[in-house]
Amino acid sequence: MAEKSLTLEMRGITKNFPGVLANDQVDFDLREGEIHALLGENGAGKSTLMNILYGLYQAEAGEIKIGTEALHLDSPRDAIRHGIGMVHQHFMLIPVFSVTENIMLGAETDHRAAPNDSPLVRLDRREVARRVQQLSQEYGLEVDPKAIVGDLPVGVQQRVEIVKALYRQARILILDEPTAVLTPQEADDLFRIVHKLTQRGVSVIFITHKLKEVLAIADRITVMRGGKVVGTTTPQETNENQLAAMMVGREVILKVEKSPAHPTSQVLEVDHLHVRDVRGLEAVRGISFNVRAGEILGIAGVQGNGQTELVEALTGLRRCESGTIKLQNHDLTGKTPRAFTETGLAHIPEDRQRHGLVLSYTIADNLVLCDYYKPPFGLRGVIQQQSLDSHARQLIQDFDIRTPSPYIATGKLSGGNQQKVIVARELSRPVQLVIANQPTRGLDVGSIEYIHKEIIAMRDRGVAVLLVSAELDEIMSLADRIAVIYHGQLVTTVNTTAVTREQLGLWMAGAQPETTA
Amino acid sequence: MQAAAEKPARGWFVRLWRAFVEAALVPILAIITAVIGGGIIIWVVGGNPFAAYLGLLQGAFGSTRAWSETFVWATPYIFAGLAVALAFKGGLFNIGAEGQLAFGALAAAWVGYALPNLLGVQLPGYIHLPLAILAGMLVGALWGAIPGALKAYAGGHEVINTIMMNYIALNLTSFLLNGPMKDKNPLNVIARTPEIAESARLLPIFANLRIHWGFPLALLTAFLVWYLLWKTTLGFEIRTAGSNPDAAKYAGINFKRILVLTMALSGLLAGLAGAVEVTGLNYRQELGFSIGYGFDAIAIALLGKTHPLGVVLSAILFAGMRNGATRMQFLTQIPVDIISVIQALILLFVAADAIVRKIYRIKAREDRLVLTRGWGG
Amino acid sequence: MDWRRFSFIGIIIILLFGVVVLIGGEQISPLIIISSMLATTLSVATPLTLGALSGIFCERAGVVNIGIEGMMLAAAFFGWLASIYMNSIFEYSPAISLTIGVLAAILTGGLFALLHAWLSITFKVDQIIGGTVINILAIGVTGFLNRQLFFDKGSIFGGNVPHAPGLLPTLSKALTVLCSGAQGCGGLPSLIAGTIFDQKPVAISAILLVIVANYVLFNTRWGLRTRAVGEHPKAADTVGIDVRRVRYINVVIGGMLAGLAGAYFTIESVPSFEPLMTNGRGFIALAAMIFGNWTPFGAWAAALVFGASQALQINLQFFRESIPPAWAFLQQSYVVGLAPYILTMLILTGVIGKTTPPAADGQPYEK
Repeated sequence: MAEKSLTLEMRGITKNFPGVLANDQVDFDLREGEIHALLGENGAGKSTLMNILYGLYQAEAGEIKIGTEALHLDSPRDAIRHGIGMVHQHFMLIPVFSVTENIMLGAETDHRAAPNDSPLVRLDRREVARRVQQLSQEYGLEVDPKAIVGDLPVGVQQRVEIVKALYRQARILILDEPTAVLTPQEADDLFRIVHKLTQRGVSVIFITHKLKEVLAIADRITVMRGGKVVGTTTPQETNENQLAAMMVGREVILKVEKSPAHPTSQVLEVDHLHVRDVRGLEAVRGISFNVRAGEILGIAGVQGNGQTELVEALTGLRRCESGTIKLQNHDLTGKTPRAFTETGLAHIPEDRQRHGLVLSYTIADNLVLCDYYKPPFGLRGVIQQQSLDSHARQLIQDFDIRTPSPYIATGKLSGGNQQKVIVARELSRPVQLVIANQPTRGLDVGSIEYIHKEIIAMRDRGVAVLLVSAELDEIMSLADRIAVIYHGQLVTTVNTTAVTREQLGLWMAGAQPETTA
Repeated sequence: MQAAAEKPARGWFVRLWRAFVEAALVPILAIITAVIGGGIIIWVVGGNPFAAYLGLLQGAFGSTRAWSETFVWATPYIFAGLAVALAFKGGLFNIGAEGQLAFGALAAAWVGYALPNLLGVQLPGYIHLPLAILAGMLVGALWGAIPGALKAYAGGHEVINTIMMNYIALNLTSFLLNGPMKDKNPLNVIARTPEIAESARLLPIFANLRIHWGFPLALLTAFLVWYLLWKTTLGFEIRTAGSNPDAAKYAGINFKRILVLTMALSGLLAGLAGAVEVTGLNYRQELGFSIGYGFDAIAIALLGKTHPLGVVLSAILFAGMRNGATRMQFLTQIPVDIISVIQALILLFVAADAIVRKIYRIKAREDRLVLTRGWGG
Repeated sequence: MDWRRFSFIGIIIILLFGVVVLIGGEQISPLIIISSMLATTLSVATPLTLGALSGIFCERAGVVNIGIEGMMLAAAFFGWLASIYMNSIFEYSPAISLTIGVLAAILTGGLFALLHAWLSITFKVDQIIGGTVINILAIGVTGFLNRQLFFDKGSIFGGNVPHAPGLLPTLSKALTVLCSGAQGCGGLPSLIAGTIFDQKPVAISAILLVIVANYVLFNTRWGLRTRAVGEHPKAADTVGIDVRRVRYINVVIGGMLAGLAGAYFTIESVPSFEPLMTNGRGFIALAAMIFGNWTPFGAWAAALVFGASQALQINLQFFRESIPPAWAFLQQSYVVGLAPYILTMLILTGVIGKTTPPAADGQPYEK
């Protein structure tokens, strides 16, 4: 088999951010019609490299060539002109615009024979919509050009992004963590689309940190770690363990060690809960379940199926329309977040920087964010600095928070250490229930392992744990029981030992469990 | 051993000094830059900047009387600056200090001149004066709490609402001072209240000088605000709500209640400014005396980096400029309004500290004041 | 803008007009009162309409501008100053001097907006503070120059403040000719048509600009890009749009609109300048923008409500004697003068439904 010709070549790419060498002499190449996976942990430098290729960042050193032509990519405009398209992890779509408007944005007159540069040129929505329709049929990417993007499910939004790149005649398509928001079945659909694209000569760069995916889809795999390329290989020459070791730099135990659970009394009881989302739509539609002391209940589901609203309701941050929430036999429905905390709730929130921390505060202050008013920290309305200090020093030691001092602004810590501050604060309190929502999202493997261990330790101490995660692997390895959420309802609840990934994937996509199963 | 024992003490002092220098460096450079800018403007319009600034300095700090007058000016500035700074700490922009101040003054004046007659008794000073000041504080707090409550419970943005409340206060004050509260003395043609009773007055500290006990009271208030913000749980709640509303809710803080309370406290301080002006200096409320205080207070709070100590220092600086400007105009015919231009320039350079850092090549720090969080419609 | 908002606006305007008709209807025909109220409303709503359009261009691009008040004030001063100097020093005719005055006002607004853009886009200063800087600077500069140039040196009182070389003329003649050509404006007596259309150039251009702004924002490439930048600047960046450039230009366009509003005060309404003469109009314009949900027609409708409440104050003065004793408070101009401000606060509470600002409004763009 003859080597396909080289289309893209990146040599010696170097990029510095304040304090971080994000890309250090990185080499990367892409052949025509191939799927080249770029594998690495969060923070390994994959996205930086691709943002350089897409013209969003400028490299300090190195060169980029397509064929024999050297490229100067000062902005995405240059990249687009050279046939490079990118589907970002967080979609770059404007929710209030229609599909057509999103696709024509920045390329408003490209459909005309002679493009017009006047800023006041009239938008030709109808003609662009027609072309979008054509394109989507050609590639099997079904989208309604008139739909408002914000109303579309994420899977469809992703298709809009791909059509957007194709509309600009992309020959090189970068997909940044494209399966993060998809069910396993939707991911399979995406893989089919990607293969169709490569058959037509499009080259695809597939960024991910999921090992199974890489082995399933890639022609070649390049692994990055700490801003450097560790190596390039093919699925035939490697396996999961080897890739994991390349990614992390040491042997990784892919399985979390844990003994069987010994659940006892009921701690959390949720009964027919209904909750509305920000837009007033019903996001949680009649959910009932319970969590017992000494077990981990995992909630599996694709993002945006009501998990956020469910957790907010269970922590007092969002009003319930109807139904009841009981914690330790206290009815807490409609109570304030403080009532929940005082009844024994620890909450590791989904968005740690938005909810869990005040980034401008010191570590010491963040460690008492929920307890500042109680003795020994607050006495008769006055903050007791000595108690804060000793508390902070103790937790920094116990939870291995890497910091030179308790009086550093928390925003200056790494993501992993920020999450440790939250975990330290929440798990060091006398609690009966831990609700952890996406506790390891965006963290490095070391921090992930640490947080997993802490969560299991809590369970073994007889605490009830509710774990919400979009990472199926995380749920499978931590949870004792798994509840699957789809469209605001629980599809089913099963024991982890009695279920397969594929079965969970089907339920996450809305399939109904068979009554006899 | 001895060296080791000394070290923490020196460390403590040096640390504090460094922190002060780090915090004060940009404001001081901003002041210098603005003064140079003002000098250029004076020169362009045909004046002598050196003579003008000399006159300004003499007028502000050139004699005991000048110092006294500067402190007299500084008194309401400190209170109003603290009002704006406290709101900033709570994540709120109180552009309404002017209206709160005017209403606080009106309330204090009313208690001062009308209450004894209404009750038909002569009140002793230790009751009458605190009552007058308290009335000013309460009315100011109420005037501040309204936009706070509108923001918390109805989503009306405080920036526009506090400004509207200023215009409402201005109209109502005009109405009251021209009508029901006007000094009925047949010789009076001015829109102002009668004089307040002797028993409702804050006394001058020294004979022959106008500086009154309101100034020490302002310093004490600055200390109390500092203590409230950084040493109490309420202060922790206010600062948390101001830095990250979502985290505040997560931490179990009653965000809406804190929001209203912060605006009320802010209004209370502004009302106190008005009450002290009436009881300590003017002994009556007159139409138009408070115009411009609101914006000056914002500038003072920002120049002082929303820290009470910074507010006191900036207030004295602004007071000195306002006070010295009259002498400057007398000596050099440069209109007093140049002060407003210089103050606007100071504010410009403090707000856009990147400009100052660029000019003087200072490394950037990270924390910045964030207020713009959409219109909450 | 949904029907609830428009009907709310309609009801308030009818109420405000109704008060004047009830009070003055015995002396003068209601038709004349209504047409006079309409004329005043259209006229006094002008700075609010233009101010709201100014806000719309800035905020649709993602830059909050509370400096509109200051931009108007500065533009009012420098426009007026230019018209005086053109007339008295360069001895141009009043017509040319006034035209140059208007252009100078627009230029001033644009320059102050450039400062705001520089602060908020380049230096990423908090935009509300940046706007406050503009407001304070405008008060300082206009106050200083006004006194420096026109008052006796050294004295705080007195001085001889010059007047602009007249005011912009009304366009009623041209319009009545037009109207009579079109069969007397659908049968309205020409007297009333004449009164309603008794408008001056800035007022007329404000109405035209509402239509233009609506077209530009929703039907052109520039509008699509502007809205994209205000909703999701990163998304705009990834399709090759220069976010900073789009924001800069829109803020300056906004400033020029505020500048035109400034010209209304000193060149179209009265021929003189007074410190602080904009009196909060810039802020009320922002409220109109919010109530109009960041759309030109919605904002215009809201501006008309505020205009009507001001027209009430102005027109009531003619009928002061016939105000019934039960409504004595209407005799107090200070009390009636509260109407626009209270209305603003009422409207912002969201009792008539919530509005949604552009998603990235007020956020500096970091790559």
